[in-house]
Amino acid sequence: MTSAHLGRTPLSQSRISRRAVLQGGLGAVAALGVAGGLSGCGSALSAGLAGTKLDPGTVTYWNLFGGGDGSRMQTMEQQYMNQHGGGRSLQSATFTWGNPYYTKVSLATLGETPPDVAVAHLTRQFPLALANLLEEITDDKLALAGLSSADFNPKVWQALALNGKHYAIPLDTHPFVLYYNTDVCQKAGLLNADGSLKPIHGTSEWEAALSAAKKVTGAYGASVATVGDNATNWRWFQTLYSQQNGSTPWLSDGGQKLTYNEDLTIKTLTYMQSLIKSGLMPATTDYTGSQTLMFTGKSGFYMQGEWEITTSESVSGLKFGMTPIPVLFDHAATQGDSHTFILPRFNRTPDQLGRAMGFVKSLLDQSLTWAKGGHIPAYLPTVRSAEFSKLKPQANYVSAVDAVVYDSQAWYSGSGSNFENAVGSQIGLSQQGLATPQEALAAARDQLLTYANTPSPL
Amino acid sequence: MSTATLSPAHPTTPAPTRASREERRRGETRPAWLFLAPFVIFYLLFLVWPVIYMFIASLFNTSLVRTGFGTFTGLRNYAEMLTLPLFWQSLGHTLVFTLITTIPLVILAFVFAVLANRVLRAQWLFRLAFFVPFILPSAAIALIWSFIYSPTTGLWNSFEAAIGIAKPSPVLATPSLALLGVAITTIWWTIGFNFVLYLAALQDIPRELYEAASVDGASQWQQIRSITIPLLNRTTTLVVLLQIIASLKIFDQVYLMTAGGPGNSSQVVLTLVADTAFTNYRMGAGSTASVLLLIVILIVTGIRELIERLQQRREG
Repeated sequence: MTSAHLGRTPLSQSRISRRAVLQGGLGAVAALGVAGGLSGCGSALSAGLAGTKLDPGTVTYWNLFGGGDGSRMQTMEQQYMNQHGGGRSLQSATFTWGNPYYTKVSLATLGETPPDVAVAHLTRQFPLALANLLEEITDDKLALAGLSSADFNPKVWQALALNGKHYAIPLDTHPFVLYYNTDVCQKAGLLNADGSLKPIHGTSEWEAALSAAKKVTGAYGASVATVGDNATNWRWFQTLYSQQNGSTPWLSDGGQKLTYNEDLTIKTLTYMQSLIKSGLMPATTDYTGSQTLMFTGKSGFYMQGEWEITTSESVSGLKFGMTPIPVLFDHAATQGDSHTFILPRFNRTPDQLGRAMGFVKSLLDQSLTWAKGGHIPAYLPTVRSAEFSKLKPQANYVSAVDAVVYDSQAWYSGSGSNFENAVGSQIGLSQQGLATPQEALAAARDQLLTYANTPSPL
Repeated sequence: MSTATLSPAHPTTPAPTRASREERRRGETRPAWLFLAPFVIFYLLFLVWPVIYMFIASLFNTSLVRTGFGTFTGLRNYAEMLTLPLFWQSLGHTLVFTLITTIPLVILAFVFAVLANRVLRAQWLFRLAFFVPFILPSAAIALIWSFIYSPTTGLWNSFEAAIGIAKPSPVLATPSLALLGVAITTIWWTIGFNFVLYLAALQDIPRELYEAASVDGASQWQQIRSITIPLLNRTTTLVVLLQIIASLKIFDQVYLMTAGGPGNSSQVVLTLVADTAFTNYRMGAGSTASVLLLIVILIVTGIRELIERLQQRREG
C-alpha cells in the first residue's frame, strides 16, 4: 500500500551464507540419492534443490510490504528470529503488492505449496476464503497462541467476518487521512495554539481553509493524486461519497448487483471537479507529485493513506501533522482497509499450526513498531498501551478507524483490484476534466457490468 | 523441416524394388517410434492436451479454484470476449506491437548482417555483440530497460535532458510511449537471432557471384539488390514468419515492465489472458481469449503465406 508498494520490491531474506551453500551442496547430494538420510533437514536452498521439506522448525511467510513498511516488517521478523533460534526459524519473502501478489498466493495454495503464513488485505481475503483457499481462524486456533477475538478492535474483527466465520487475523487499519503542512497552515491561521488543526466542518469551511492555504502557498490549497493512480482516485471519492446520508455500497450480492447511489455519485464527482476548477486543487498530479506539492509548501494539505508518514518524516525540515479527513458532508467516513494474516490451506500438523500462530502472535506483540509506520494497530493491548498514546501524530487519527469504510465485498473488489482500477481510472479522468461526471460514471458502470454479469468464479 | 534436409538416396545404389522398400520401412517403423517416443509423449502431454483442454474450457465457465470444467456455457465466453472493449484494445496493441517490431527486426537484422559479413577482422565480436542479449532471460532484459527508462534519472530521460528537452516524459508511464518502449526493448533483445540466421545465409552465397558481378561493373548497391536480397529470399520468409508469431505472443516484457499500464495502454492479449485466467480465476474465459488469439495468429500467418505465393507466382 505504500508508495514503495507501487514499485518493485526485491525478495528479502536472500542472504546466502557459506553454511547455506554447504548445506545446499549436501541437499544436492541427497537428491542424487547418495546421502538420502540428510535430506530431512536443511536450508531453503537445499530444500529447493533436493525438493525436500524445509527444516521442520522453519515458518515460511509471504508479505507485500515495501518501503518503510518493508523495513519495519523486517525488524519485526528479526525479533522473531532472535527469539526462535536464528535465521533458520523463518523464511520470509516480499512480493509486489496488488493483483500479482494475490495471484501468487492463490496459485501456490492450489499447487499445495503455500507459505505457512501470508499477509492479505481485509478486502482481499474474502475472495480467497470463498475460493476455499484459507484455513478458518477458530477460537481454538487463536487460543494456541494465547489470543482471543476480544484482543482485536471489534469493528475490524466484525468487518472480517464472512458468513459468521473468520479466515484472517487483523494486524492494523490504514485509513485515508489528511496531512497538513504546519508552516503553511500556521501562516493561514488554520492552527490552534498547540499546533493542531482547527476543526473543519462542512464544504464551506473546507473551501475557506483551502483558499486561506492557497493564499499562503501561491499555488494550491490541497493536493491529491489524480493521474496514474487508480487506487487514490477511488480512496478520495469513496471518502466523500460515504460521508453523505444515503450513500449505498457500490456493490452487493457478492458483486452481482451495482447498488451505488447515482445522484450522490454525480454530486460527489461534481464537487471533486469543482475543487479543481476553482484552482484550489491541482488537475494533474501523480502519487509522488501530490506529496511533493505539500512537502515543498506549494499546497497546504495533502490526502493519502497514513502510510506516507514514513516518506513525510524523511523530508528534512518539513513540519507536518495528520488528522482524519474532515467531515465535509453529513457524517464522518473515510476509505480504508486493514492488513491481516492468513493461513493458506494445506494439511498442517499440530506443530506447524502452533508455530504459525506463534509467529503471528510475535508480530502482533510488536504492533507498536508497526504503528510507527502510521498504521493503527488492531491489537488492543498495544492500542491501549501508554507508549501508543504518546505516539504522535498517530494518536491524533486513531478515531479514523471507526469511520473507515471498506470496499464492497465481491470477487473482483478490494484493494488494488479490478473494481478499484475500473472505477478509479474514470474518477481520475473526471478530476482531470477529461470527462464529465456523467460520462465517467457511465464508463465505469459499463466496465463493472461486465464483471457483475459474470457468474462468480469462486 | 527435418524431411526437407534429408539428402536424397545415393544415386549409385540401385533403385530398390517396391516390395523391399516396404519391407525395410516396416522394419524401421518400430525403432523410429521408439526414438520419437520421448518427444511425442512430452508433446502430447504438454502441448496437444493443453490445447485440447483450452478448447474445451473455452466452452465452460471453468474456474481455477473449482475442480472440473464447471457448467457448459456454449459460446457465452466468446460473446463476452468479442464484446469486451478491453479485448479489442489488447488485440489492437498486440497487432501494433507486431507491426512495429517485425519490420525493424527483419530490416535491421538484414542490414547488420550484411555489414558484419563485410568485416574481415574480429567478426566474432560483432556476432557476439548482437547475439548476447538474446540469451539473457526476459526478466534481466526487463530490469535493464526499466532502469534505462526510469523517469527523470534514467539513461534515456537524462539523455533527453542533456540535449535540451525541458520535460522528458517517463517512457513506461506515458500511455502513448509505453508500448513503443517495450517494442524497442524487444528489438534490442531479439535482433541477434534474426541476425545470426541472416549471417549464416550470407556466408552460403558463393563469392564467385560477387566477383563476376564486379567484373561486369555492378556497384555495391546493385550487388546487394540483385544478388544478396534474392538469394536470401528463403531466409527472409523464415525470419518474417517466426518474427510475426513471436511478436503476436508478446507477454514477458509487457508483464514485467508495464504490467499492461499505464491504464490499459500497453495491455496485450496474453496479459489479458493471464489476468482473466489466473488473477480473476476465470480459466474458461481466459481460454476463450487464447483461442481467439490462436485464430488471429492463424489468419495473420495465412495472409502472409498468401502474399508469399502471389509474389512467387508473379516472379515465376
